[in-house]
Amino acid sequence: MHARNSHHLSEPFAVRRIIIGATLIFVGIFLVAPLLLVFTKAFENGLAAFFAAISEPDALAAIRLTLLAAAIAVPFNVVFGLVASWLIAKFDFPGKSILTTLIDLPFTVSPVVSGMIFVLLFGLQGWVGEWLDEHGMKIVFAIPGIILTTMFVTFPFVARELIPIMQTQGTEEEQAALVLGAGGWKTFFRVTLPNIKWGLIFGIILCNARAMGEFGAVSVVSGHIRGLTNTIPLHVEILYNEYHMNAAFAVASLLTFLALATLIVKKVVEWKLKEKLIASSSSWTPLPLPTKLTEMNEEPL
Amino acid sequence: MQADTSNKRISNRKKGRRVLPGFGLSLGFTMLYVNLIVLIPISTLFFKSFSMTWDKFAGAITDPRVLASFRLSFGASLAAAFINLIFGLLVAWSLVRYHFPGKRIIDALVDLPFALPTAVAGITLTALCADNGWFGRYLQGLGIKAAFTPVGVVIALTFIGLPFVVRTVQPVLEDFDPDVEEAAASLGANRLYILARVILPAIRPAALTGFALAFARALGEYGSVVFISGNIPMHTEISPLLIVTKLEQYDYAGATAIAMTMLVVSFALLLTINLLQARMNRSV
Repeated sequence: MHARNSHHLSEPFAVRRIIIGATLIFVGIFLVAPLLLVFTKAFENGLAAFFAAISEPDALAAIRLTLLAAAIAVPFNVVFGLVASWLIAKFDFPGKSILTTLIDLPFTVSPVVSGMIFVLLFGLQGWVGEWLDEHGMKIVFAIPGIILTTMFVTFPFVARELIPIMQTQGTEEEQAALVLGAGGWKTFFRVTLPNIKWGLIFGIILCNARAMGEFGAVSVVSGHIRGLTNTIPLHVEILYNEYHMNAAFAVASLLTFLALATLIVKKVVEWKLKEKLIASSSSWTPLPLPTKLTEMNEEPL
Repeated sequence: MQADTSNKRISNRKKGRRVLPGFGLSLGFTMLYVNLIVLIPISTLFFKSFSMTWDKFAGAITDPRVLASFRLSFGASLAAAFINLIFGLLVAWSLVRYHFPGKRIIDALVDLPFALPTAVAGITLTALCADNGWFGRYLQGLGIKAAFTPVGVVIALTFIGLPFVVRTVQPVLEDFDPDVEEAAASLGANRLYILARVILPAIRPAALTGFALAFARALGEYGSVVFISGNIPMHTEISPLLIVTKLEQYDYAGATAIAMTMLVVSFALLLTINLLQARMNRSV
């Protein structure tokens, strides 16, 4: 940034070159090469093979199930994220830090454990498994289990994106609206929501990307019934294990496109947030929320 | 009447920020949702493990195959977190301090491991490291076998944890006041001394947080590892995979014991990270 940084207060030219070189090699090996490989393998046998792989019945069934799970899990978690961030950012109450820790929980639990708890709860040996079986209901190894697990895994994304943004904004604008006679809902929709718009969009995109891409947790509860309980990532696994490499990468490339779109949206949102002069302390990195949440409000913008 | 409202206002002010509407509603909804989706499901794990006798629990986690999986999971996660600590610092440093072509693209790409589904990462890294793969053929020439060995596990876990150190250190470096460096330089400190005594202490808490996060994430990782590891019992079988295997054999108690042990470790790590974060916030 500063000119002085790059002159007498920087490293010697050779050292700089080595550090940049190491960065480029590391990023090249771990990030660029995998991306190139996915698309190379996906399109190796031509466009016709690519489209055949993503349009065969099992692939379409997997795409439909993934869309369904995301279409249910994401809206629920968006509503929760809005309500929880309103609660945590606008009010002080005892047990707030416990609540934020609980919201973070799905990030710290292994995906395998996330799936397992639903098997323990709803599986045949589980708490309510027998009762469910008697009544002819199936949750685990069926679609409801996949949706529940997806909800659990994607639960924190919207909330933790919104909490820091709402906190930096404080409550002055809402208070002004209330004093001027607006009701609670009107204040929320006309004052709060426009202020958090970009953070909300980013939270939804992240939540959706994870909902569509989750593998470990969904794998545990799915039962892997082809055409019935396979999501896109599980379908990729099956194709790969059956040595249909190009088909596996063709389907995988769909998820890779989604990942790249997510990265682009992230950049746009960051840019928009900076434009609005909101010091977004939030990040996509699942960092634990600061324990002393109120401290953030005292920092000048 | 008049006195009543003013009293209410005073009590509102006393409650501090609780002047906005919707406290009860949002508290109720949040608690209900957190309970239904997170707390009740997670509690099954605790009840299941408390229903086991201590002997049975200890027996389950000291089984040789389980111990081997712990060794691999902890060892490989630690190795991957160290690689990420070193390269993460270098990447963050380059991105903040230097200018080079492609910098913005690299900055955006750093988040790829968060965005890319783990299954896709798994098959891709396996294809790269396989004997005939883009990297595998050269590694083989060097006498290193990456796919289906612990080396492969470390590679997958390095990929998964890559963004953590970069993203924790980057903002701290950006906020670092160059005047401090200038002051040190004007007092006669050389570059290496400034790095070690001025810059490193400032970024140490962030770097440690990133390291701990990468480690915690690697411990639980499943999707990206199961493809590249080959899943050979006692050799390349990670703990999360062993949980899945036990679940498939309906050995719910055995799976619970492993899961519980890993959960306790994750919580300990989370606590450490929170303490580090608190210290970081205080110093900022």
